[in-house]
Amino acid sequence: MGKILEKLKILKVLASDGAWGTLLHAKGLKPGECPESWNIDHPAEIMDIAAQYINAGADMTETNSFGGNLFKLSHYGLEKKVTEINRRAAELSRNAAGTEKIVLGSVGPTGKILMMGEVSEKELYEAFKEQSIALASGGSDAIVVETMSDLDEARIAVRAAHENTSCEVICTMTFEKILTGEYRTMMGVSPAEMVPVMKEAGADIIGANCGNGIEGMIDIVREIRAVDRDIPVLVHANAGRPRYEDGKTVFPESPEEMASFVPSLISAGANIIGGCCGTTPEHIRLICEALKMLR
Amino acid sequence: MMEELLQQIAHCIEFGKTDKASPYPPDMKGLDGADELTKMALDKGVPPSDVLIRGLVVGMEKVGIKFRENKVFVPQVLMSAKAMNTAMQHLKPFFRSGEVKRKGTFIIGTVVGDLHDIGKNLVSMMVEGNGWEVIDLGIDVKAEKFIAAVKDHPGCIVGLSALLTTTMVNMESIVKQIHEQAPGTQIIIGGAPVTDEFRKKIGADFYSPDPQGAVEYLKQWIV
Repeated sequence: MGKILEKLKILKVLASDGAWGTLLHAKGLKPGECPESWNIDHPAEIMDIAAQYINAGADMTETNSFGGNLFKLSHYGLEKKVTEINRRAAELSRNAAGTEKIVLGSVGPTGKILMMGEVSEKELYEAFKEQSIALASGGSDAIVVETMSDLDEARIAVRAAHENTSCEVICTMTFEKILTGEYRTMMGVSPAEMVPVMKEAGADIIGANCGNGIEGMIDIVREIRAVDRDIPVLVHANAGRPRYEDGKTVFPESPEEMASFVPSLISAGANIIGGCCGTTPEHIRLICEALKMLR
Repeated sequence: MMEELLQQIAHCIEFGKTDKASPYPPDMKGLDGADELTKMALDKGVPPSDVLIRGLVVGMEKVGIKFRENKVFVPQVLMSAKAMNTAMQHLKPFFRSGEVKRKGTFIIGTVVGDLHDIGKNLVSMMVEGNGWEVIDLGIDVKAEKFIAAVKDHPGCIVGLSALLTTTMVNMESIVKQIHEQAPGTQIIIGGAPVTDEFRKKIGADFYSPDPQGAVEYLKQWIV
């Protein structure tokens, strides 16, 4: 049994971390700059982000490697540095997390569309394999395949992580509410459809991330639970739908507001709760407090 | 006969049937696709402008409306666009010779800092499928590049795309610079985090949550 499943057995519910992009921009990441290059150029800042979440009480922290796949890094001329950038990402989060806390190696989508023939299944698999191995070698306990919208790309990423590392594998997709009130990814995948495919590919934990706020996550978790009673469910929710004020993007959900949904999310069947875009260490601190009351 | 052929072409575009060999959609397996039918129509003397307006445009409009109504999702639109592109290849010579006129020029790009192109591509394909010439500047596009393209194509309309909350803010200065350098240029914005409230704040001319909205807005600007 992996580290997360073991901890879940003892603690029942766990807290994950919050946004990385939001904090990177606050630290001065420029528009058009490669976020993952900061693992090499500004390692202290990256470690600081992970440390802020650990200090806020999170049981786990992600790595700064969301866009660390071959295809995204090629845009910046960093295609030869996939291994170095991802290994470093994991090492930095590991340093901040110490030996006890969990490190989740972040793997995001490539931006290439399989069905349009922009990339082959094999090319995708190789890219995710390279990234996952590097994240594992830097000390990740788990690989989190996240913000996925295409069932095939997610499946290939999960399989690549599962077959080439000994890490636990998490897969979260991004769902939006459609006009009928149901939830679908941009590619039309429902939470219920995701479950069997990701389990079959080797996912140990599944769930949802990003989206338009924590409240909608309750329905998504219910839909997952309706088809699978056992698999642990992770939620990384946005702090609501972003608004634009005075030249800045503002996320409407306060730490208190987000934390107030924790009990309903847990009773819907979630096991691990953290944040996505717009969440801060303060959001995570209050989520941790809410989770402690439920243990 | 001609009517029927145009309806068949529109049907192939709507359901993403590219050519005879394509296995998609499964219920049209083995049947002629947009490729074969477009060629057949032109060979039989159907005016190329009819093939465009009463075939391709009709099919793209139908899928655009279904997409807006959440009856289909990105994959279906992509397949429709693929079928449309295939048919469009047969029309290229008529665009070049001037026999078929485009409705105008539409310049589109994902703004600086943002590497996402799916939303941008959907709009680009829908607009092209509606009879516009589309100049796609790609992803991570700086203001200067938009301005240079606008100056090369007087009277064009510009589309800006962003997927991230962290990059949509870059739209503001691009809109400002285009309006300074080429006053009166219509700028349409879109992308997951973008709203009409945001559009008003940054001074862009139109926002649509879906590609079909952009296509409909463009109708009033046909050259």
